[in-house]
Amino acid sequence: MTALLDLQGVTAGYGPVQALFGVDLHLSDGEVVALMGRNGMGKTTTIRTIMRLLPLTGGTIFFDGRDMARLPAHRAARAGLGLVPEGRRCFAPLTVAENLSVAQRPGDWTLARVCDLFPRLGERMGQAARTLSGGEQQMLAIGRALLTNPRLLILDEATEGLAPVVRQEIWAAIRALKGQGMSILLVDKSLAELRAVADRAVILERGASVWSGRMARLDDDTAERLLGV
Amino acid sequence: MSRGGALANALVFAALVAVAAGADATGNPYIVTLATKVAILGLAGVGLNLALGYGGLVSFGHAAFFGIGGYVTAILASHAAAGTPVITFPFTVAGTAEMLAIWPAAILVSGLAALAIGALSLRTTGVYFIMVTLAFAQMLYYFAVSWPAYGGEDGLSFYVRNSFPGANTFAPLQFFAICATLLGGAMILVALLTQSRFGLALRAAKENEARVIAVGIRPLAVRLTAFVLSGMVAGLAGALFADLSRFVSPAMLSWHMSGEIMVFVILGGVGRLAGPIAGAAVFIALEYLLGPVSDHWQALLGLLLLVIVLFAPRGLMGLVARRRHV
Repeated sequence: MTALLDLQGVTAGYGPVQALFGVDLHLSDGEVVALMGRNGMGKTTTIRTIMRLLPLTGGTIFFDGRDMARLPAHRAARAGLGLVPEGRRCFAPLTVAENLSVAQRPGDWTLARVCDLFPRLGERMGQAARTLSGGEQQMLAIGRALLTNPRLLILDEATEGLAPVVRQEIWAAIRALKGQGMSILLVDKSLAELRAVADRAVILERGASVWSGRMARLDDDTAERLLGV
Repeated sequence: MSRGGALANALVFAALVAVAAGADATGNPYIVTLATKVAILGLAGVGLNLALGYGGLVSFGHAAFFGIGGYVTAILASHAAAGTPVITFPFTVAGTAEMLAIWPAAILVSGLAALAIGALSLRTTGVYFIMVTLAFAQMLYYFAVSWPAYGGEDGLSFYVRNSFPGANTFAPLQFFAICATLLGGAMILVALLTQSRFGLALRAAKENEARVIAVGIRPLAVRLTAFVLSGMVAGLAGALFADLSRFVSPAMLSWHMSGEIMVFVILGGVGRLAGPIAGAAVFIALEYLLGPVSDHWQALLGLLLLVIVLFAPRGLMGLVARRRHV
């Protein structure tokens, strides 16, 4: 399949501190890829580097055939990368409607379609984002990313810290998005859920990709050795 | 903006108009002039509020744009009175005493200054941004002090108030009406801007820059646009202020002036549309009531500012909004 996102030997870091030492990742159009690893192994750093929020110090990142190394960060998002950042990052003083409108770009994803996916957002359009529950804020963050009409949706720990019932709602939404053909790069700690939804996985250890392949091929021994589960 | 907020803004504006109209009807032209001063300084505050209140850009150099607007007015008016051109090379610019010609010039020049200052200062944040904007304003202040052609340290007087078609600008109420109309127009413009996608992006960038970038918005461009618009409104206020006093001096460009405009915004309520008008009204009222009693009336202003910051951080307008909810 054609590569939508292709990372080869990516190195990056925070100032003089190197955090990524060679990440390879391949994601095809319509595919769901799980980016996995223990805490501190470089998952969020990889995502921030893909989004151009961190400078690329080595290797290549191609998205939809474009060399991302040359793009400023805001252009990376406009190129079709939709990020749901770690920790339910909404614009707290803005209302739900304002949070969604600020991100909206022309495309198939509209306010009505986001409200179909998350009916609770439709009921709280005039409410300030800071007054939403954790789960609703996460839905808002996903809705905001979808309204940028991305080619690739990147979810960084989308279910972290949520109540089990809300977590199930988010996973249901992710499965629905997959069913609609959305390409997704997914970071999460729930191996069981990732197994159910992801087509392929890439595992990071100490800032480098050490395992990649079809999710079905990820056996329990490898998961225990590399993920500690 | 909520309906309550819109009503509070309208009430503040209406109160200002009522004070001016009432003072004129009872033969108190001085009070009308004070109301005009509130409208003009409130306009400068509305300009700063766009950058500070909605964009989180703590500019300590907005006197630069206020002063530029004033100097553009005074220079054009003094050349018109003398019948000499302002410049002759590379093209001739004649003086003018027409407000409708002076305002666009004041807005344009202050906007260009804001573009240059903003393009450099917005690459910094926090205390560095405050210091860089202050430094630019002080540079312009010292330039005006050492510019003998236009009065240097003594400032520049022009003896005839500029004209406006169909109005007697010497009549206090008519000049107030002109200033109040511009203030109302600026408030509507800022209200529309803050509700637009641009305004949402500005408020979102104030909240978190990285998140704004992640949705494909370039914060620098949004902030620079807000800073330039803010400078243009302050420049217009400066032009009106020069006409009010028919005098400009480097004091209009000084850091004291920047501080005063910021005080209007903080007193009235940061990010509240009519906040700067309420702040300017309190400032002018204190000056009017306590100025004749003591030269140190600003000590009380300092105390009031302290109370507001400590107990009503959303300013006078925020206090009113809170009471309405009780």
